[in-house]
Amino acid sequence: MSDVRGHSPDAPETGHSSLTRRKLVVAGAAGAAAAYGLSAGGASASGLGASIFRKSTAGTVTFGSNASDPVPKGAYANVFKAFTAKTGTKVDVNTVDHNTFQEQINSYLQGQPQDVFTWFAGYRLQFFAQKGLLTPIDDVWATLKPQFASAFQNASKGADGKFYFVPIYAYPWAVHYRKSLFAAKGYKIPKTWAQFIALCKKMQADGITPIAFTDKDGWPAMGTFDILNMRINGYDFHIRLMAGKARWDGPQVKKVFNTWREILPYTSDGALGLTWQEGAQQLLNKEAGMYLLGTFVGQQFTGADAKDLDFFAYPAINPKWGQDSIDAPIDGFAMTKKAKNTKEAKQLLTFLGSAAAENIYLKSDPNNFGANKGVNTSKYTATQKKSAALVAKTAHIAQFLDRDTRPDFASTVMIPAIQQFLNKPEDVNSLVKSIQKQKVAIFGS
Amino acid sequence: MTTDIAATGQADGTPRKGRAVRLSVRDRIALAIMVVIPVIVVGGLVWFPTFASIGLSFTSWDGIGGITSAKWIGTENYHQVATIYPGFWPAVRHNLIWLAYLTFVATPFGLFLAYQLDKEMRGSRVYQSIFFLPVVLSFAIIGFIVQLVYSPTQGLVNGLFGTDVDWLGDPSINLWAVLVLVGWRHAGYIMILYLAGLKAVDPSLREAAAMDGAGEWHAFRTVVFPALRPINIVIVVVTVIEALRAFDIVFIVNKGRNGLELLSILVTNNIIGEASRVGYGSSIAVILIVFSIIPIIVFVWNSFKDTEQA
Repeated sequence: MSDVRGHSPDAPETGHSSLTRRKLVVAGAAGAAAAYGLSAGGASASGLGASIFRKSTAGTVTFGSNASDPVPKGAYANVFKAFTAKTGTKVDVNTVDHNTFQEQINSYLQGQPQDVFTWFAGYRLQFFAQKGLLTPIDDVWATLKPQFASAFQNASKGADGKFYFVPIYAYPWAVHYRKSLFAAKGYKIPKTWAQFIALCKKMQADGITPIAFTDKDGWPAMGTFDILNMRINGYDFHIRLMAGKARWDGPQVKKVFNTWREILPYTSDGALGLTWQEGAQQLLNKEAGMYLLGTFVGQQFTGADAKDLDFFAYPAINPKWGQDSIDAPIDGFAMTKKAKNTKEAKQLLTFLGSAAAENIYLKSDPNNFGANKGVNTSKYTATQKKSAALVAKTAHIAQFLDRDTRPDFASTVMIPAIQQFLNKPEDVNSLVKSIQKQKVAIFGS
Repeated sequence: MTTDIAATGQADGTPRKGRAVRLSVRDRIALAIMVVIPVIVVGGLVWFPTFASIGLSFTSWDGIGGITSAKWIGTENYHQVATIYPGFWPAVRHNLIWLAYLTFVATPFGLFLAYQLDKEMRGSRVYQSIFFLPVVLSFAIIGFIVQLVYSPTQGLVNGLFGTDVDWLGDPSINLWAVLVLVGWRHAGYIMILYLAGLKAVDPSLREAAAMDGAGEWHAFRTVVFPALRPINIVIVVVTVIEALRAFDIVFIVNKGRNGLELLSILVTNNIIGEASRVGYGSSIAVILIVFSIIPIIVFVWNSFKDTEQA
C-alpha cells in the first residue's frame, strides 16, 4: 500500500492536531472510508471500469483524473473550460479517488483507460512506458521543449529517451523552520553538516527538539534517506541505486545510514508512532526547530504562522556535491497506449503543458509551483516563489524514493527497512545485506 | 447425489427409502437449480481462486500483460519468502500470538462475562449492551479509537497516567496495545455466543449438581461446560478464523508494519497496488491457506466423528 499518496498533499490522514470533536468525527470517517476502499478493492475497480461505457465521440478527449479533492478538481475543471473554449474539443473527465487511482493503475492501463491521465514523473513513469502501456509524445514536446528547464525535460522521458509525460507542477522537499524562533534564539541557517550538527546541539541545550521527525506512515523518512544519499554519494549514484543498478550493501549506503545515525539523537522521540501532521504541530508550537518535509507542511500553518514558516536547502555533506540535488516530485500527465482520440489527446497535452494552462491551475493550488518557464509568477505566494527559485538553482531533481524506484521495492522493502533502521540504528550491516538480497529478488539482478 | 436419488426413485416407480418420494419434473428442476447454483458459486468463488492462487504462487508475474506473461519459477517464491523476506517470520509469529491470545485470554474472558451475566443479575441487559457494543463497531472505527487512546503525544492513556510510552510506534509494545482492543471486541462477541449457549443448558442440571453438593467452579467445570459442547465447537472455529483473518485494525494503525506484521497484510501489500508482485503475494496467501485449513480439517473431523457416534 504505498505510502506515496501520503506525500501527495491531498491525502486524508488521521491523527490531527487538535482533538476537537468535529475533527475526530471527520477524521474517523476518513479512516473508515480508507478501510472500506481497501476491503472493497473489487468495488473500486468497477469505478474505473465504468469508463468502459463512456463512448467517445469526435472532437472529444477523455481524461482520467486522480484529482478527487475539491480544490484540484475545480482547478482542472477551469483548465478544461479554457481548453474547450480555445480548441472546441470537449474533455470528458472521469475522476477517481486519489488512492484508488494509484492502486488500480495496473488494471486501469490494461483495461479501457481514458486517453490522457494524471501521473507522476520518474521511474514510475518509465516503468509503465517500458511495459508498453504509454504512448510516446515526442511530437507534443516539439512544441513544449523551449518552455521547460532541462531538469523537467529529463523527468518527462522514458528509459528509451522518448518523451512520455507533460509536467504541470512540482513541490520541493526542504528543511522547514520558523523565522521567529531562529531570530529569537539567534540560530543561523546551516550550510554544512558541521554547522547543522552544531545547531542541533544548541537547540537541544535550549530545550527544543532540533529535528521534527515522523515515520508512522512509512514514507516521510524516505525523504531523509534520499537527501542524505544525494548529499553523500551524489545524484547519479542515488538514481542508479533506485533503479536497482547499484549495490545496497556497499560502503556508500552504509555511509548514508551511519551519517543518519549521527542526527537520530536530535530527532523527535517515538518517530515511528507519529504522523507527519504531528511533526508539523511540533514545529508550529516551537517544540521542534526544523522539519525536513515537502512544502505541503504549510497546510498545517495558517495566518501569521504561515507567514512565519520558511525553509532552506538541506546542508551540504560531501563538498564534491554541495547542495546540487533535491527531491522535488513532479506531477503531470501521460497518454495511454490505448488512447482512441490520439489527435485530441495530443492537443490537450500540448495545452496542459502551456503556461496559460498552468496559470489557471496554480491560481487555486498555492502549495505547488508551475513547471513551465513561462508561468506568471507575479501572483505567486512567498512559498511558491521560494520553491521555484530553490528548484531552479538546483542542478538535479529527484522524484522521491517511492517515485524513483519500483513501487513494490519502495513499499514492501524500503518502508520496513527504514523502520527497522530507526528501531535498531546500530545494526546497519545486516540491514543493508537484507535490502540487497530483496533487491536482487525484485529487480532480478 | 441428490439428483441420483431422485432419478432412481423415479425409475423404480416406488420410493426406496421412507423419505424419498416420487419427484415431479418441476421438483427435479428445482433440485437441479438448488445444486447447480451453489456448485457454481462455491466453485467460482472459493475453489477457482484457491487453485489459481496456488498456481500463481509458483510464478513470477507483475500483473501486466495477461496471465501468459507469468513466468514459472517453481518454489522460488516460497524460498524467498522464508529466507529473505524480513516481514514473514514476524508475521507468522504475530498471527500465532494473536491466536494464542484469543484462545487463552479473550475467549475465556468472554465466557466468564457470559457466565456472570447469565445469573440474571440486576442490569444484566445494560452490561450485555456495553460488552457487545465493540462488536457492532466496525474495525475501522476501532482503529481510530486506537489512535485516540494510544497516540504518544495526544492520546488518552499517556494523558491519564502521565506516562511517555510510544504505544503504537515501539515494535515491542504495539502488538500488545492493539491486542488489548482486539480482545475487548472479541470477548463481547464470544460473550453473546455463550449467553445463547448457556440459556440452552437445562437449569435442572445445575440444580442437580448443587443438590449433590458441587461448588460453583466444580459444577461449571463438570456439568455446565460439557453441556456447552456444541457451542464450543463454533467458538473454536470463530476464534481461529478471527485470529487468521486479522487485518483491519493493524492496517488502520500503521498499515501493518513495524511490529504489527500479519500474513494477511503481507499478502495485500504484495498483491494490491502498482507493479504488483502477484506470484510472491500468492505464495504467502497459500501459506495462510494451509494455516487455515488445519483447524478446519480438525473441525470437520470432529463433526463427522460426532455424527457417526450419534
